[in-house]
Amino acid sequence: MSDGYTESTIEVAGLPIQVLRGGEGPSVLVIHHETGNPGWLEFHNALSGSRDTILPTLPGWDGTERGDWMRSVRDIAAVCSLLLDELGVADVTLVGLGFGGYVAAEMATANQSRLSELVLVNAVGLQPEDGEIRDQFLEAHADYVKSCFADPANFTDLYGEEVSTEQLIAWDANREMTARTAWKPFLYSQTLPHLLRNVTVKTKVIRGTQDTVVPAAVAHQYVSLLGDAQLIELVGGHNLESDAPEALAEAIVA
Amino acid sequence: MHLMYFTEQPMSAYDEHAAEEGVTALLFSNSNFDPVAGSQLYNDRLTEYKLAEEVGVDGIMLNEHHNAPFCMQAKCNIWASVLAGATERVKIVLLGNPLPLADNPIRLAEELAMIDMISGGRLVSGFVRGGGTEQLATGVNPAYNRERFEEAHDLIVEAWTRPGPFRWEGRHYQHRVVNPWALPMQQPHPRIWIPGVLSRETVIWAAKHRYPYIALNTTIEATKRIWQTYDDAANEVGYDPGPENRGYLLRVHVADTTEKAMQNASQFMWMQGEFTGLAHPVWSNPAGYASPRNREALVEVMNGRRPPPRAQSFDNQIENMQIIAGTPDECIRKLRTILEETRPGILALWGNDGRVTHEDSMRCIELLGTEVMPALRDIGAELDLDGPFDSEPPVSISYDEAAKARVASAAAASGD
Repeated sequence: MSDGYTESTIEVAGLPIQVLRGGEGPSVLVIHHETGNPGWLEFHNALSGSRDTILPTLPGWDGTERGDWMRSVRDIAAVCSLLLDELGVADVTLVGLGFGGYVAAEMATANQSRLSELVLVNAVGLQPEDGEIRDQFLEAHADYVKSCFADPANFTDLYGEEVSTEQLIAWDANREMTARTAWKPFLYSQTLPHLLRNVTVKTKVIRGTQDTVVPAAVAHQYVSLLGDAQLIELVGGHNLESDAPEALAEAIVA
Repeated sequence: MHLMYFTEQPMSAYDEHAAEEGVTALLFSNSNFDPVAGSQLYNDRLTEYKLAEEVGVDGIMLNEHHNAPFCMQAKCNIWASVLAGATERVKIVLLGNPLPLADNPIRLAEELAMIDMISGGRLVSGFVRGGGTEQLATGVNPAYNRERFEEAHDLIVEAWTRPGPFRWEGRHYQHRVVNPWALPMQQPHPRIWIPGVLSRETVIWAAKHRYPYIALNTTIEATKRIWQTYDDAANEVGYDPGPENRGYLLRVHVADTTEKAMQNASQFMWMQGEFTGLAHPVWSNPAGYASPRNREALVEVMNGRRPPPRAQSFDNQIENMQIIAGTPDECIRKLRTILEETRPGILALWGNDGRVTHEDSMRCIELLGTEVMPALRDIGAELDLDGPFDSEPPVSISYDEAAKARVASAAAASGD
């Protein structure tokens, strides 16, 4: 136990998945962005005040072992679903941040019975009807990650005035994982919208009003495709968990 | 020796101020492109290639890049097809087809077989991974670049050499029926040469296949390091490489006067592409494309922590002989040093670039063919620099029975 959470490793599909877990109450599984898992943040602390908060690192991200066979977002979703089996949790609130929202939506289409609620935060996964998902492959890593924060101070708080070389290396390796699983079409699925029509679990589609990565249209598309979804707008950028940690946690537990 | 002529076929007919920060690959808008100038460019190059054959060049080297004015060869097989019909003697040397960009390697195998047959067996089929920027220009996943390169290579060689029909169930390519009715004239298949600049993995891969490696405009010292890596890998699979396994591409501009040659050679500095170090660092190295051991250096360059590798100044490159320019006699003297130091059996002379005029390019080719190359052949003979068409080594390790026997004998001796 450190700072209110524990660390463990759980094997799924032959891969050791690192899991941070803290708090008590109904379980909430949080899936991180494609830029990686920056660890236990103020946001996770806020959630863990009333929830059993579970934060896995997707296999292959942040230096963890990758499965060479894992080549689609649906593969990642399958691994995360199996992780829920291994954790033995039911009635889970599944929260996906950005790319993690895409994974969460895929998980919901495969098995919604274990979910009490789905929360998609600035999720990619659908081809925008208006605009395009930002192409990080044309930008330097630090520039792209900075663009995910509405307030540059929040970027600096997390990564420092000068980003470490180790962090740059991790971002590049994470970007490679993004390429391995979501290269084409880039960060969306052409089949997901059809499958979402049968997802009836209660869903919150949360959008940062200053998100420059995902066009606003995507949130509206999720709301119209899902059976029981409400749109919530919060002030902040793509990384709402850093720009508005308390507000986001409150919106999730409300 | 095998002596080739090469040009990138650059397109210089645009407003140079239109290119922001000098980066001309990938995102430099093609609204700056002039197809009338393009037509002139292609037809001038054809005239030059025909002259190269006339004056005695052994081979014409072709390559391929995308979204890049520094190289107007968007598909090297198109130029190879043209030369297959327009020339009679020269080898058509593709360095090469970027295999990962192919979604159907069988079709590539067919195209190459047709070129080989039309040319009467004059094809050398080099293969490359393609530059990092190429992956973005063509939408190919950089993370699977090497997997696709190796599998496409295996499939093409298999399609050329194994009687069909057969089935292919690979990681990236699946074909119900492999049975192309166009097969190479050269048996067992055209020679495969592998060009490169940086990748140690590719040098080792080429050596283990017994494919000649063509070092692209590397310094003398870097070239020697490449040969050491190559030799070590070759020894592991049972053969001792020699000049027939080594190729070198070098910028060489010849003119009637030193002054004219230097003036035209300075155009080598114009090309804002991969070899002059002006490629965009982020676009050139999409995640997963490069070896993980280079990741630290690459991310620091991409994020502005260390300066990108820029080309040395023109004067420095003249000094260290990465660019050779002068009258035929001046160039021959320097090229002797290059041959003595690096001992290649294959030498490609990159004659013209940038804004060098068609007339000056023609004169350069004439002088290369009639004065420089005959002297190089004499030096090659003196230094025993046999190329692959002199000593006729096996086309690959698969056909090298002596190497296989050596490996088997060594394994038996060690009790494996």
